Parts: sequence; C-alpha cells; structure tokens
Amino acid sequence: MGYITDRKNHRIVIPAIAIFLGFLVGSIIMLLTGENPIALFTSLGRGVLGINLGNIGTSRSFFNPRYPGEFVVFAMPIILTGLSVSFAFRTGLFNIGAEGQLLVGAFASVAVGILVDGPNFIILLLMILAGILAGGIWGFIPGYLKAKFNVHEVVVTIMLNYTALFLTNYFLVELPGSTNSKTVELESGLTFQSEFLSDLTNSSRLHWGFIVVILAALSFWFIINKTTFGFELKAVGHNPFAAKYAGMKVELNSALSMAIAGAYAGLAGTLIVMGTFGYGRVLSSFENYGFDGIAVALVGGTSALGSVLAGFLFGALKAAQPIMQSSGVPRDIAIIISSMIVLFVAMQNGIKIVLEKMKGAK
Amino acid sequence: MEYVVEMLNITKEFPGIKANDNVTLQVKKGEVHALLGENGAGKSTLMSVLFGLYRPEEGKIKIKGEEVEISNPNVANDLGIGMVHQHFQLVENFTVTENIILGQEPKKSFGRIDIEKAAEKVKKISDQYGLKVDPHAKIEDITVGMQQRVEILKMLYRNAEILIFDEPTAVLTPQEIIELMGIMKDLIHEGKSVILITHKLKEIKAVADRCTVLRRGKHIGTIDVEGTTEEEMAEMMVGREVSFEVEKEPADPKDVVLKLENLCADNKRKLPAIKNLNLEVHAGEILCVAGIDGNGQKELIEVITGLEQTTSGKIIFNGKEIQGLSIRERTLLGIGHIPEDRHKHGLVLDFTIEQNLALQTYFMEPYSKNGIINPEAIREHSERLIKEFDVRSGKGSTTKARSMSGGNQQKAIIAREVERSPKLLIAAQPTRGLDVGAIEYIHERLVEERDKGRAVLLMSLEMEEVLNVSDRIAVIYEGEIVGIVDADKTNENEIGLMMSGSKKGMNN
Amino acid sequence: MDVIYSMVTLTLIFSTPIIITAIGGMFSERSGIVNIALEGIMMVGGFAAATSLVFLEKSFSFAPWLALGVGIIAGALISLIHAYLSINLSSDQVISGTAINLLAGGLTVYLAQIIFGQQRTETFKSGFIKTTYDGLVDIPIIGRMFFENIYPTVYLALILVVISWFVLYKLPFGLRLRATGEHPHAVDSMGISVYKMRYIGVVLSGCFAGLGGAVMVLTFDTQYTISSIHGVGFIALAALIFGKWKPFGLLGASLFFGFSQILSVYSTSYPWLAQFPQEFFKALPYVLTIIALVVFSDKSVGPKAAGEPYDKGSR
Repeated sequence: MGYITDRKNHRIVIPAIAIFLGFLVGSIIMLLTGENPIALFTSLGRGVLGINLGNIGTSRSFFNPRYPGEFVVFAMPIILTGLSVSFAFRTGLFNIGAEGQLLVGAFASVAVGILVDGPNFIILLLMILAGILAGGIWGFIPGYLKAKFNVHEVVVTIMLNYTALFLTNYFLVELPGSTNSKTVELESGLTFQSEFLSDLTNSSRLHWGFIVVILAALSFWFIINKTTFGFELKAVGHNPFAAKYAGMKVELNSALSMAIAGAYAGLAGTLIVMGTFGYGRVLSSFENYGFDGIAVALVGGTSALGSVLAGFLFGALKAAQPIMQSSGVPRDIAIIISSMIVLFVAMQNGIKIVLEKMKGAK
Repeated sequence: MEYVVEMLNITKEFPGIKANDNVTLQVKKGEVHALLGENGAGKSTLMSVLFGLYRPEEGKIKIKGEEVEISNPNVANDLGIGMVHQHFQLVENFTVTENIILGQEPKKSFGRIDIEKAAEKVKKISDQYGLKVDPHAKIEDITVGMQQRVEILKMLYRNAEILIFDEPTAVLTPQEIIELMGIMKDLIHEGKSVILITHKLKEIKAVADRCTVLRRGKHIGTIDVEGTTEEEMAEMMVGREVSFEVEKEPADPKDVVLKLENLCADNKRKLPAIKNLNLEVHAGEILCVAGIDGNGQKELIEVITGLEQTTSGKIIFNGKEIQGLSIRERTLLGIGHIPEDRHKHGLVLDFTIEQNLALQTYFMEPYSKNGIINPEAIREHSERLIKEFDVRSGKGSTTKARSMSGGNQQKAIIAREVERSPKLLIAAQPTRGLDVGAIEYIHERLVEERDKGRAVLLMSLEMEEVLNVSDRIAVIYEGEIVGIVDADKTNENEIGLMMSGSKKGMNN
Repeated sequence: MDVIYSMVTLTLIFSTPIIITAIGGMFSERSGIVNIALEGIMMVGGFAAATSLVFLEKSFSFAPWLALGVGIIAGALISLIHAYLSINLSSDQVISGTAINLLAGGLTVYLAQIIFGQQRTETFKSGFIKTTYDGLVDIPIIGRMFFENIYPTVYLALILVVISWFVLYKLPFGLRLRATGEHPHAVDSMGISVYKMRYIGVVLSGCFAGLGGAVMVLTFDTQYTISSIHGVGFIALAALIFGKWKPFGLLGASLFFGFSQILSVYSTSYPWLAQFPQEFFKALPYVLTIIALVVFSDKSVGPKAAGEPYDKGSR
C-alpha cells in the first residue's frame, strides 16, 4: 500500500490506476448493455498471446502465433504516433495532427516507391526518408503558424488532418496504376514485408518495421535526454519565458519540435504502407492511429520507454477488435476504453488527491 | 465595547504552513488600525478570513459585539465589511460602473441591467467622498490611482462600514499617497473604521491610530502608534534590532560600461514607455533606477537585456552598439541579469538546480560538446556554486527548483549570473518578497560585485534599498530620467519629489 | 439570379449547425473553460436525435422537434464530464476535451451496434424537410433567399443568435459570465460562485452543441454515422475565434464557413470550377479555416482567463 501512495511513484501508479479504471468502466458499460465483459478480456488475451482457451481439450491448437504477430503489427504505428505526441508534449505543444501527418507520410513513401526508379536499397531508404520528411513538413506548418502568428495549434492541426485525408486520397488515385481504392502493390524489395517473419507467425503480417520502431524510440530518448537541443526543448516546454530570458530561440524550437513530432507520425504512415499492407490505400475516414497516439503519450508519461509500453497496451486493444467483432461484441468498446483511460489520466489531479488522502489517513 | 471588529484566536492553516497561529485583532469604531508585518507574516491571510475568502480552523469573529460566521464575501458584505485588494480585482474591459455593480446589478424591464441608474448612484458616492471617478470609463483606460478609487467605490456602493486596505500605496505616486491618506481621514470622519495592511512604517506613523504586529503567523503585540518609534515597530516586525544601513566603502567608479543614447521604446500596449532616455553606468559603481512602478523601468530593463526591442536610440555596451543583438549575444558579451520575476524569467521551476545553474551556459564547452550534453561538467559546476553561494535545498544539485524557498531560489539565480563575471550586472527588484536575512545577503553580494570592478544597474521600488545600496540614483518618470543624484547627498523627500515628476533643482 | 438566391439559402442551411454550436462554445469560453469537445458533443447529440427519431416518428407528427430536445439533453449530459474534470479537478482542458471527442466516437457507434445491430443508426423517414413558405416567399429579394426551400431550423439558429446577444450583454447573468472569463478572482470577491458560473457555461455549451449535432443529422442525412459530423465541431470553434467570441461576429464567421462548404455543389455548373477535383472542394473549408485563423490571429484575444483552472488560493 505504501508503494501506491508514495508520491515518487505517481508516474507509474497513476497511469496504472487510469488503465484499471478504464477497463472497469468499459466492463460496466458492457454489462449495462447486455454484453459479457469476459469476452473483452478473452479477446485481449487471444489478440496478444494467441491463446484461445476455448480450444483447450479439442483437437485444434490453442496457441496461434498469428495473433501475437498481428498484435505487434498493430502496435508499431501506435508506438510511433505515441512518440510523436510525446515529443510535442515535451515542448509544451499538443500534436493532435498525428493523424494527418501519418497520412502524408504514407502517401509520400508509396509515391516514391512507385514513381522513382533505381536500385532497391536506395529506393527503400528514399521511401523512408520521404515519409519522415512529409510528416515533418505537415508538422512544421502548425508549429510555424503557432510560433509566428500565435494561432491555436489544436484547430490548425485538426484542419490539416482533414485536408490531408482529402488531398492524399486524390493524389493516391492519380498515381499510375491505382484503382479507386488502392495503388499498385509495391515491388517485393521495397517493403518491410518478410516471408521469414510471416512463416514464423503462421502467416501474420509481421514485418521488419520493428527495427525502425526501435531506432525511433532510441532516437527520441537520445535527443530529449542527451542533446543540447533536447535541453532547450524541455526548457521551452516547461517555461517559455525563462527559456527566452536564457537566450533560447523559443519560436524556432517550437516549430522544429512540431516538425520532429510530425516526422515520427509520418514514419508511422510509412510503416503501414511499407509493412502492414505493401500498397497505398484510399481511406474514407481516419483510422485513429493518431488519436491512439495521444492516449499512448498521456499514459506513457511522454517518455520513450513509456510510449513503447503504452503503445503495446493500446495496440493490444486494437488487435482485440476484430476478434471481438467476430464473436459478436461491438468492437467500438475498445475505443470507449481507450478514451476512458485518457479521461482518467486527465483526472490525475483528482486521483492524486485521493492518493494523498489515503496516505494522510494512516 | 467600542470594538467594531474582533478576531479572536484565529488559526488558519494551509498544507504545510500555519499562516495564522492564534492571532487576535481588535479594531475600535472610528479608528485607523494598521496591521504590520513582513511578507509572509500572515496579514493578507488574516484579512481574507475576515472578508470571507477563507474559513479559519480555529477562533471566532465578532462584529459590533455579536459573534458571526463569515462563510463568503457576500456575508462579509452584508456585515458591512469591504476590502480594497493589493492586486486589484477589476475586469479590465468593463466600465467602472459594471465593475462596481457586479453581483448587485439594478434591474429594469425584461430583467435587463439598469446601467443608467447604477451610473447615477456611482457618481453620487464619488462626489460625496471626493473620489473624482468617471462612471463610464473603461478600467484599462484609467490610471492606477483611479483604479484604486474604483475599488474604494465598490465598498462604499455596498454600504461598507469597515474598510480593509491591503498594501494600498505600493502602486501610487507620492501625490496620490497623500490623497489616499486624505480619503481615509474623510472616511473616518463619516463614521467608518479602517484596517490598513502594510509594511511601510512611515505611512503607519502618518495615518494610523493603533497598530497590530504579526511575525511568521503569530501575533506579537498591539501598540499605540503615537507613542512608538519606527525603530521599535521594526524590531517587533523582524524580531531583532534592524539596521537600515548597508556597510560599504565609497565607490571608485571607472570607465563607462553602459551608455543609453536617446533611447525610445514602447510598452506591451504599443504606447511609448521610454522617451529619449539618456543614462551612463560606470564600472565599479551601483547605479539605481528609481521610480514609481509603471514609469518605464520595467521596459528599460527589457530593452537593455534584449527581451524587447527599442523603437529608436542606441544602447552602447563597452563601446559597442548592442540594440540589434539577440539576448544570447548580449549575454555572451558580458551582461548578467537577475530578473524581476524569478519564477517567470529566472528559473525553470520543473528543472533541477543543476539544470537551472546551467541555463545560460549549457551550449558552451565544457558543459556540452557538438550538441551533446556533458552531465559530469554540469554536476561539478552546480556543486561548486551551491557551496560557494550557500544555496540550500533538499537534495542538492538534483533538487527541483520548485521545492526551494524564495531566498534560495534567488541565491541560485545570483550565483548563476555572478559566476560568469559579467561586466554589467542588472538586478531588477532583487529582494522582492524575501526575508530580512536574504535581503542582507543579496545587498552584500551586490556591493561585492561592485568592488570587483563591475557595473551594477539596480532597479528597485523600495526606498530603503534605493538610498542605502546605491552609489548614484537615477530617477525615472514617464519614461525619462528626470534627475541623477549621489545617494549620500540626497534624501527621501528629494527622491520622492523627482519620482512624482518635478525635475531636480526645480520647485514643485 | 436564381443561382444567387439558392446560394444564399444553401449557405444559411450549411451554416446553421456551425452557428448553433459556436454559440455553445461562446458560453463555455466566456466563462473561462476552453471546450474543444464540441465535435464529440455534436456526435452524441446527433446520435441521440437520430435514434430517438427512429422510435418517436411512429407516434408523433412533431417528432423531429422532440428529437432535437433529446439531442440537447444528451449533449448537456456528456458536457458534465468535461465540466467536472475542468472545474472540480482542474484538469488540462484540452486533454479533457480530446478524451470526450474520442469517447463520443466510440460510444455512439457502440450503442448503434447494440440498438440497431450495425455501425450506424437505422434510417428515419421524417427528418426536417426543405419547405417553401407561401406568402413570405413573395417578398422581393429576401423572400426567395429566406423562405424558399429552407429548413425551419435555420430560423432557430438566427433567433438563438439574437437571444444569446441579449443574454450576454443585457442581463446580469451575462455580465457575471463575462466577468468570470476575464477575472475570476474579481467575481469571487463579489461573492459570486465561479464554479457555478463555469458549470452553467459548460452545460450550456453542451446543450447548444448537442442541438447543433442534432440539427445536422436531421437535416443533412437520414441516419447517424461515424462521419456525420466530420469536423464541423472544430470549424465551429474556429468560427468562434474568427468571430471574436461575440454573437454577431460568430454569425458572420459561420456564414463564411458555411459558404465554403457549398462550393462543391456548384462546381459542376461552372466550367472554371469544374476543373478542380472533388477532393479539392472537400478540403476547401478546412484550408480556408486555417487561412482565416492566420489572417485574423493578431486580433484574436479571447477571454483573459480562459483555459486557466481557477485557483482560489493564488493571489
């Protein structure tokens, strides 16, 4: 009990409580609407571990490695968008634009892959770079507008999300060979896809993108904690007045930070196009990777490791959705739970007060 | 009894601190009763309890002999208690009348506010007490002195009998202070009672009948003002003998380090704040810019340090024009800045001490190289400064600045700025809000820097500090320097006259 | 000339949900609480209205108006979450608002699945219909603009603008609300409860946004889907900023954004417009919003205390 109420551990305890409460409320909602919450947890278990308890005692295997494979596939872009939002938070900015940055990154990668000729290895690198750059530009725009004109970055990024959705849809269809719903498939040397990994996990879509994710998380940790640039970003995020007083270029740092955040989100789009699918897709609406990133950043406490761990949590929720749907549980309960977790993290002041009271009562 | 207000054995606690510890205050009808104490002594808290903003943990309150519970400002208002706050509680883009009637709006048909009727009543009261307030003016357009009179009107509109003034003179010109004293005497004449919260002994002597002294939340005593000297009151306030003098040798000024030529700059509202200002600061002297708050001294510091831009004129530092340079360029040339607001500009509260101490130097070797931070160098630097400047904190270098006391936070800032050996050290209100021990330390350090041959530009609003610490005093009024005098050849009256606009050598 | 008339009418129609929601945003922000959950509340209101209409239209002829009422109540209830977090718990208002937007998306589709077995509501048959008002339509010029082929909800929006202006600037409640958003300490010192004022502000914003979403679904569509609101809640927020938090200001701004939404309808009629792809017109309102915010950024100073949790102890 002492561990829970000790103020030093709030960083871990509060997200843990928020997660617990989120699932609790989700379960209650399920009960109130006639659904069985157990189905939620078995779906989660199956989605993450691949273990189907219902198959025990039958001739069918109870462990299917395809599920953990798919789980990692879902988690990877969410970790990246989580890094994106976390990075912006460190500088005191709220990046709700990860959704749009992801879309432009995806488009840029696929466009380079289809249009540019050359040795595979070079094109591969160019595709990744294109995704990073495109996302970076899409993030830089609101950062710059905020710095220069003090425009509300929340409204601008959301407008850019919709703009990205429509514009990338249009340009995707204009690429040579595209149908109304997708582009041509990328050549096999230009994706992260791997027969080896696929075979390992019973035909899941697991791909080499996880190396990119690890590198991204490491770069985040390095920039924030080891560089002077990271020092400046943190100073600006905590107190832009003191940062200005100390001679730091506050506006430039803000804009750059949003650009880097956009780059991480763009990379998420690259991963989806080059890893999960192997081609570009026309979307009718957002797939919520960006919004999941917000949940990841808040729960993970805006650190690199936290984003990775929280990314896996919300990836699990996403992976459980198709399983739930096929067993008759409305998949959107997962979105409800995600949003409730964010809500409870937002309530952290309230949770802190309760914990302090518990501590004082002893 | 003839007590109109009795606060008996009041105890008010906040997490971690007893702001009021068994305090008793008794005010007679028709008197001006001063409440004296240093910053943090508990005066404002006590009055907030009286005004219904806080509930005390212990103690009781009697108004006109009857015990009452004051649960919110409405109850206080009904009992006839009104408060003029230190930081005005006025909505800037509302008119005078709208501010006064907030919460008690007179109504006409369809529930609409009857603004004409309200304005009439405001005018009537204003005339009755000689307050000279325009009911239709917007708060953002009127002077500070008039804003204060609007606060007074707020109380009188609600028929207050007991008027509390919280540090009313901090923002007034000497002329306005005299007017305020007159208004207070008028109020007493009309049968009101006044409680005056202040730490200014001279004002207590000028207008108060009795005085209750608080120190660190405790009630020290209540005295008759006439029979008590300022020194005796100061001793009660601080707890020991207080010397208002600062020990220092006479200055030995050398070359001009900073020269301001025909400087012009605007304030945040794009109005001229500095008008053709000329000034020189020499190495080896402490020059103090003195003036009433709001006469351009804030903007002056901002343009010298680079936080804001000039509109015209030159800033020459060691022979080089710097008005076009960035903040960092000026810092690197040798300017140090102890800012007025240590929480806003001076520190990143969520950073540790060592990070804050490296705030101006993190980008240079040895603290970083090629963009990568060198944590050992930063730690070593921090440990050294903590020791040399006696900066106290819970965990040393890794303590978060937020958890340090005000005095130690200021010491850390001074350590950081002084250690770079700046040729010009700018100190803006360096002792604001600090206790006497910290104030003495800071004054000693400033003199030490001056003796090492630095130029020190001090900006202060406290007359004692201005007179005792500086070598020369430059008085700023409406954006211009109206007089420069040697500190040991002038006195408070002369400074006061200059601060309210009369140029040196001219009769008022 | 016909085209001009129908353009005005159509602009009014598309602006209506923006106007209504922006008024709600105004009440919240004027009290000092930033509310970016307008989008999510619109979704909840739209869903509630659509669902209740499906059931009510069997029994009542004025069911659409009842459904609007349900939308208002649903919006108010959801906004209580934001109110509690922002006011009682001093949470970050932007995070709280974002959480509600996420929640709304999940909750509405989930409930649709439970109630209707699909990821959208069933279609209703008697939403609002375009009406032409005989007699009034014969008034020269404005007759054909305001009374031909128009939804009655447009008049509702315009009336609400006038009412909100009256409340905000003529009634004591309005004075106190505005003061709360500018200087809550002053309000507190006059004995008015800052908490109460802010709760009213946020709940009002919930009512209006719920109404706005309900109007949108009941006029533009025959069912609620996840894409029903598609960002209009944020456009309303931009209209509020663009309109300087004033009733008639936001009316003008909303009309501007409404107009930008109808250009795609006319693109096929004019060759020089037709050369642009459909997606261009879809993106246009959002791009224009950004440009508008940039152009008007310097002047956009909102209520001084908006976004700051009220801390009684700080002086």
